[in-house]
Amino acid sequence: MAEVLVLAELNPADGGPRKSTLEALTAARVLGEPAAVVIGAPGTAAGIKDVLAEYGAAKIYVAESDDVDAYLVAPKAEVLAQLVAEKAPAAVVIPSSPEGKEIAGRLAIKTGSGFLTDVTEIAADGTATQVAFAGATIVHSQVTVGTPIYTLRGNSVTPEPAPAAGTEETVQVAVSEAAKRTRVLDRVVEQKSNRPELTEAAIVVSGGRGVASAENFSVIEGLADSLGGAVGASRAAVDSGFYPHSFQVGQTGKTVSPQLYIAVGISGAIQHRAGMQTSKTIVAVNKDPEAPIFELADFGVVGDLFTVVPAATEQISARK
Amino acid sequence: MNIVVLVKQVPDSGSERKLDPSDNTVARATADNVINEMDEYAIEEALTVKEAQGGEVTVLTVGPDTATDAIRKALSMGADKAVHVSDPAIHGSCAVQTSAVIAAALSQLEYDLVLCGAESTDGQVSVMPALLSERLGIPQLSGARKLTIEGSMAKIERQTDGGYWEVEAPLPAIVSTWDTINEPRYPSFKGIMAAKKKPVETKTLADLGIDASTVGLATATSKVVDFAGRPPKGEGVKVADEGDGADKLVGYLAAQKIV
Repeated sequence: MAEVLVLAELNPADGGPRKSTLEALTAARVLGEPAAVVIGAPGTAAGIKDVLAEYGAAKIYVAESDDVDAYLVAPKAEVLAQLVAEKAPAAVVIPSSPEGKEIAGRLAIKTGSGFLTDVTEIAADGTATQVAFAGATIVHSQVTVGTPIYTLRGNSVTPEPAPAAGTEETVQVAVSEAAKRTRVLDRVVEQKSNRPELTEAAIVVSGGRGVASAENFSVIEGLADSLGGAVGASRAAVDSGFYPHSFQVGQTGKTVSPQLYIAVGISGAIQHRAGMQTSKTIVAVNKDPEAPIFELADFGVVGDLFTVVPAATEQISARK
Repeated sequence: MNIVVLVKQVPDSGSERKLDPSDNTVARATADNVINEMDEYAIEEALTVKEAQGGEVTVLTVGPDTATDAIRKALSMGADKAVHVSDPAIHGSCAVQTSAVIAAALSQLEYDLVLCGAESTDGQVSVMPALLSERLGIPQLSGARKLTIEGSMAKIERQTDGGYWEVEAPLPAIVSTWDTINEPRYPSFKGIMAAKKKPVETKTLADLGIDASTVGLATATSKVVDFAGRPPKGEGVKVADEGDGADKLVGYLAAQKIV
C-alpha cells in the first residue's frame, strides 16, 4: 500500500500534536498508509510518537534540527520535498493553518505538483471537497499534476484512532542557505486563556455589534465558559473595539466549523456568514426578528441578549 | 525604495458570487467586480513606506481587461504607475501557474519590496507570497500586522492565533498584509483625477516570455470537477423571548444533548 505523508502540526504550548494533526491522519487513510512527518527542533518527536501511532501512523519520519525551527516555512517545505522524492508517496496531507498552506504551496512548486487548500473531505480517488464563496458553494476538485498535496480544514473530519506500528525513521536535515532568509526572532503569545483554540473548539460563542461594549463581552465569555467553548466576535464588534482581532470570525477573520455555534447580537452579514456557515448546529440570539442570521439558525431566540444569555448561562452552569 | 504592490480584482464578497458552469471557473464577466479588499491595506502600506523613504510605487495585476478598475483604484489612492498583465490564455490558471506569470512580470521590474494582501476574498488560497518566494528566491514575510523597514532589512509581526511572531528578512522581500496593519486612505478627488493620467503598461504572455500552453485551464495543476450550491438548511425554529427565552434555549441544547 502506498504511503501518504501527513505533516504533524504541533501545539506550541505543550508540544503535543494539534487536533488538526489527528484529523489529517484520519483523512489520509483513504488514500494509503499514513506516515507522519515531524519537523521541529531536536526533541520534538519524543513525546508525541505514541499518539501519532495510535491515530494510524505506520511510519514516523523525524526531521529534527534547530534550523527548521529558526526560519519561516521554507525549511519545512524542503524537508517534505526531500521525502516526496525519496518515498514517492501517493499524496501529502497537511493541516490547513496559514503555515500549512504556505508549506503546501512551496512543496507544489518544488515537486512540480498541484495543491488544494482548505479541503473538507478527501475521497479514495483523490477527489477533494472544498467550500467556496462564504460556504455557499460546494466544489469537488482534483490535482491533475504530480503528487497531490492537500491542506485539510480544521474540524472537518472527526479524529478516529486506528493503531499502527509508528516505526520511527530519522531524516537527515540539510536546510539550504536559500531557505534561511526569513528568520523567526520571537514567538509572542498575547492572549493566554484557558479556553479552547477558536478554530479547534467544538463549541463557539460569538458576539456582535449588539453586545455594545467591550465590558459587555463578559456576557459572551460567561456563556462560552459554561459550555467549555471558545469566544469569537463579528467584524463589527472587532472594528468597534469590543474584542481583539485575533478572535474575529468571518471572511476576513477565522473560519470555524464547530459542532455548535452560538451567534449573539450578530445580524449575520455575508462577511460573518463566510466564517461560520459550515457549523453543524447554529443557534442565534438577536432582538431583531428580521436579522439574516435567523435564516441560518437551527434554533433562534428573538429577544434581548442581556436577559436571555445570562439566564441561560446560569441554567447551564446549574446543570453541571 | 521601489515598491511593487500586487493587486487582484475579485467578485464583490458582499454580492452573490458564482462559478461558471461552462468551465467551472469563477464567473468574473457577470460579477460585480471590485479590488480585493485586503489589497487596499497593502497599497496603503506601500504609500506609507514611500512617504517615509521616497521611491516609486508600481501596481501589478494579472487579470482580464476589466481589471483596469482595480488598477485605477490603486492609482487614485496614490500609486505612481501600473503594469497590467492581460492575455486570454491565462483564463482558468491555477495558483501555481498564476505565480509563474506574476514572477515573470516582477522579474521585468526593479523592486526592493513587494507587497500584497494576505488573501483574496474569492479563492482564499492565501499563499502567493510563498509561491513567489519559491520562484524568485526572495524571502517571504507573510501575514503581517506590522511592517518596519530598517536599512536593508524588513521586519514584520506575523499574526498568529493568539499572538504574533517577530520575523525578519533582507530586502528585496515579499510582504503580505492583514487588515490590522493600517487604515487605508480614501482616494481624494485630486487623486482620482491624477490617476487618469498615470501610465498603465499592458503586457501579454509573449511580452513576459511565457509559453501560452503552460498556463490556463487546459494545463492547470488542479481542476474543479463539479460544483453545487450548498443544500438549503432545514427550516430552523425561531421563538420569541417571553421571559422564557433562556428556558427554551437551554431546552434546545439539552434536546441536542449538548448540555
